[in-house]
Amino acid sequence: MSIYEIVFYLFSAVLMAAAVMVVTVRNPVYAALSLVLAFFSSAAIWMLLEVEFLAIILVLVYVGAVLVLFLFVVMMLDINLAPLKEGFIRYLPAGVVVALLMAVELLTVLWTKGRFAEGAFPVPPPNPPDYSNTKAVGQWLFTNYLLAFEVAGVVLLVAIIAAVALTLRHRPGSRRQDPAAQVRVQRDERVRLVKMDPEPRQGS
Amino acid sequence: MLTLEHFLTLGALLFVLSVAGIFLNRKNVIILLMCIELMLLAVNMNFVAFSRFLGNLDGQVFVFFILTVAAAEAAIGLAILVVLFRNRQTINVAELDELKG
Repeated sequence: MSIYEIVFYLFSAVLMAAAVMVVTVRNPVYAALSLVLAFFSSAAIWMLLEVEFLAIILVLVYVGAVLVLFLFVVMMLDINLAPLKEGFIRYLPAGVVVALLMAVELLTVLWTKGRFAEGAFPVPPPNPPDYSNTKAVGQWLFTNYLLAFEVAGVVLLVAIIAAVALTLRHRPGSRRQDPAAQVRVQRDERVRLVKMDPEPRQGS
Repeated sequence: MLTLEHFLTLGALLFVLSVAGIFLNRKNVIILLMCIELMLLAVNMNFVAFSRFLGNLDGQVFVFFILTVAAAEAAIGLAILVVLFRNRQTINVAELDELKG
């Protein structure tokens, strides 16, 4: 067994264990943390495939942003966990049966006739030392997929605006600025000139 | 020797596990969202493996876009979840029946 296989089986075992934890654990905080572990181990497996750029992106974007967002939401909401877990035992047989059926189907397709074995897909040689996966993906992305890249930026913009618009709320008691009203204000609304006679000096 | 079969099998098992997770946790929206993320990870594993073994960079670009869309989906999904919890004080799927669907 080469070092590659040892690393692959090690990280695959960690990945599957973390995925089982995500599915079965009672507390959503632990589920989110197991999901972090799952993404980390799959990033390691992607490194093994020499897909370095996406492995780093997976750690940065998923572990750094998306799962932290999950953790924030899980901790912010005060969830009563008892009613959320009551169907677990009831749905366990159906879930296991469907999962096993799907697993059998998928593995039948994968393993019969050596469709994806060594003969059909020979193992590619390792990339040369001066090969940059980031550079290659960047060149491919900005030549063949430029429009899709820009559409992805628009999708992210829409997501930002939608998330802000959904969660924005105005509490009745809180004091807020109204920039439009501040800009529109006229002199007459703020300044009042009073005409009055001079008052006689006090005490004379 | 690590062949394509190894990586595809790993992706298939991960996908099956997350489908089972959707069955088991059908009351809890947060865990459902996490299972969807796990499914996307399984699909990405297939894309990456094929990209490497075919020597074609299209698969990696696709994974890039899937990550983008998944991040947007998670952000909007969690925002909806926060609004839902603010209005109903629950995230139990069984109690979300106002649309009578």
